[in-house]
Amino acid sequence: MMRRRGSMVRWMIAVLAAVALPFAAQAVQPDEILPDGVQESRARALSAGLRCLVCQNQSIDDSDAPLARDLRLLVRERIKAGDDDKAVMNYVVARYGDFVLLKPPLKPSTLILWLSPLALLLGGIWMGRKAMRAPKVEAGAAAPLTDAERARLDELLGPTHS
Amino acid sequence: MIVEFGHFALILALLVAAVQTVVPLIGARARDVRLMNVAEPAALAQLALLSIAFLALMHAYVTSDFSVANVAANSHSTKPMLYKISGVWGNHEGSMLLWVLILALFGAAVAAFGNNLPATLKANVLAVQASIALAFLLFILMTSDPFARLIPAPADGRGLNPILQDPALAFHPPFLYTGYVGFSIAFSFAIAALIEGRIDAAWARWVRPWTLAAWMFLTIGIAMGSWWAYYELGWGGWWFWDPVENASFMPWLAGTALVHSALVMEKREALKVWTILLAILTFSLSLMGTFILRSGVLTSVHSFAVDPERGVFILGILVLFTGGGLAMFATRAKDMRTGGLFQPVSREGTLVLNNLLLVTSAATVLIGTLYPLILEATTGDKISVGPPFFNMTFGPLMLPLLLAMPFGPLLAWKRGDLAGVAQRLAFAIVAALVLGVAAYALFNRGPWLAPFGIALGCFVMLGALTEWATRVKLGAAGMDEVVRRAINLPRASYGTLLAHFGIGLMVVGIVGTTAYQEERILVMKPGETVTVGGYDATFKGATPGRGPNYREDIAAFDITRNGAAVTKLEPSKRIYDAPPQPTTESGILASWRGDLYIVIGDEQGGSGAYAVRAYFNPLVRFIWIGSLIMFIGGGLSLADRRLRVGAPVKSRRPQIIAAE
Repeated sequence: MMRRRGSMVRWMIAVLAAVALPFAAQAVQPDEILPDGVQESRARALSAGLRCLVCQNQSIDDSDAPLARDLRLLVRERIKAGDDDKAVMNYVVARYGDFVLLKPPLKPSTLILWLSPLALLLGGIWMGRKAMRAPKVEAGAAAPLTDAERARLDELLGPTHS
Repeated sequence: MIVEFGHFALILALLVAAVQTVVPLIGARARDVRLMNVAEPAALAQLALLSIAFLALMHAYVTSDFSVANVAANSHSTKPMLYKISGVWGNHEGSMLLWVLILALFGAAVAAFGNNLPATLKANVLAVQASIALAFLLFILMTSDPFARLIPAPADGRGLNPILQDPALAFHPPFLYTGYVGFSIAFSFAIAALIEGRIDAAWARWVRPWTLAAWMFLTIGIAMGSWWAYYELGWGGWWFWDPVENASFMPWLAGTALVHSALVMEKREALKVWTILLAILTFSLSLMGTFILRSGVLTSVHSFAVDPERGVFILGILVLFTGGGLAMFATRAKDMRTGGLFQPVSREGTLVLNNLLLVTSAATVLIGTLYPLILEATTGDKISVGPPFFNMTFGPLMLPLLLAMPFGPLLAWKRGDLAGVAQRLAFAIVAALVLGVAAYALFNRGPWLAPFGIALGCFVMLGALTEWATRVKLGAAGMDEVVRRAINLPRASYGTLLAHFGIGLMVVGIVGTTAYQEERILVMKPGETVTVGGYDATFKGATPGRGPNYREDIAAFDITRNGAAVTKLEPSKRIYDAPPQPTTESGILASWRGDLYIVIGDEQGGSGAYAVRAYFNPLVRFIWIGSLIMFIGGGLSLADRRLRVGAPVKSRRPQIIAAE
């Protein structure tokens, strides 16, 4: 089997789930949708950030797995019960741990993850500036072409070389 | 018998690779022409042998020879011919064989067309290329033999996963692999340069076409995969930041940076050391991608072949080539420090910015992909890094890149005039803002950032056109002059124009479909109508159908717009015979405005009513049209005779406009 596409892998899980449960649900089902449009769109937004625990990096909003459906219903239940977004997320995390969050929380063990993009960017800028400021005495000094090479190069590059 | 021939050819290829690794290397060191000359026939022989092996496996698939374990596990006698053929690379062993075949293809291409290369450089490049082949051939023969026999042979095969039985996906892997593996040439050139201890502008000129070709194929390969995911997976998504997608995206980001840095090196002799490093890193990311795909390390929960032996072997290859490459870089590169002078505000400056942002984003994707794995291995702490993380980190990195993109080609080398360029771009800036406002007025909903995103995409497109207009002196010269200039503009310039334009179009598509998607999820009885994206879709009921190797329920929808009939859509749910798996086939009505996209779910309680999901995905086509334009742009650039090192020396018509 080919695993070139994760989405496919996810699909496979859905398929496995479907085999286990012949009438498995398909992502968000008509019967799950809350009558209150505002509550429903809150539920959708929260669902997009929650991981389907039996899937590979797939949110419960996209997943066909029965477990994802359970979690979607749970989120909607909490919203109906009057929880605000934060309370819903806290409730789910308390039950399933940080693993359920597709956006990892900022904590000591994820510090490197969250800071690395900025650190890399700043490091790159610093190095770039250093390189640009560095005295260019070596410029042109290294790897001079031999006359033969220069001739060959000119021949290759032709008259348009600029 | 043919299968055994294939196996034998594979073993011979290994031996040839061993010879090709060692002999030319010694020859280059000793300046012995006879030894160096071994490389060329060896590279061609390798290609011939691997072609034989590949065709032998294909023959087994086409004739449904189920005595071959690989065929029995992945094919089925009733499968359509197209998928029998694509089945060859639709599995681990076969896809690795395709991998080495493409590796050999690139090696042979250097051998055949690299007549202008200095003898030692050519020998070294081919030796390094062969060393990669050697490692992967060992891997195939020791852990993943595609020719293993199965005794007794089963009556029929287990079949190919039905969601892979799709035309786009049939050709997705060869394109993707051509891209992945094509970066091996850049790597081999980089290592060869390090072995020789010298590098010059000509080196960049030799490397750039290969890198560009690899980049083109990777671009179209990724786009095909994304397109397939869009119409086949049934929820209208096209990118999921999945580890396996990231595996192909990282080399693309690094490869895009490499194409640009090689340009600086070629034109200005600057960034030499960096270009070498980038070439090593780009191919390392390709190897990393192969590792992620082939070891099952990230998909451990439900990996099809959790096979630590394979994973460790590929990790070994990864460490050997990445580590070896970087070690050589560390020891040899300091002798090669050179560089043309340039100011921060210059074309070089923008290309450095391009590299900085692209490499940072590639590293971010890499860290995000591997972090959960590393954290779990070191602390046992399980976290998920999903789309929200990537969107939050990748987006801000792309923003300055897209903003700077139109400025780059307009700035002069060495020292640019930012104010002057901004003046030239004034029209593009104003027009883009107007289009952003128009998008806001048109959709009148969605996130407040979306109109800015649309404006940014338009700015990139208009910026690309502005550069063209500047070059042909549109408005500044007479029409004859403009036409003459447009005709004489080098193809590489049109390549840049198209590639940048394609990116802009893609941005518009991404923002449009992400911000303004409409979705309806409901239960529909026959005769009911749902309205989405300005279309009325009336469900006419579902009927059973039968395909060559599947059964299906086909739902019929009559689509009307403002009361006028537009078309009929027939989304379906299929159950394949072998293996018995369900798939959803979406019904899509494509237009410039966007796609109407309908999929059906389960029947609800035997009443003929079905769960229906109807989407309207505005501008979504732009994503793939943009990629296609980028692909064509790459091709045009490649066709530029100045880039084709083997081309005749003099161009037929004198180039009026100097390249840069």
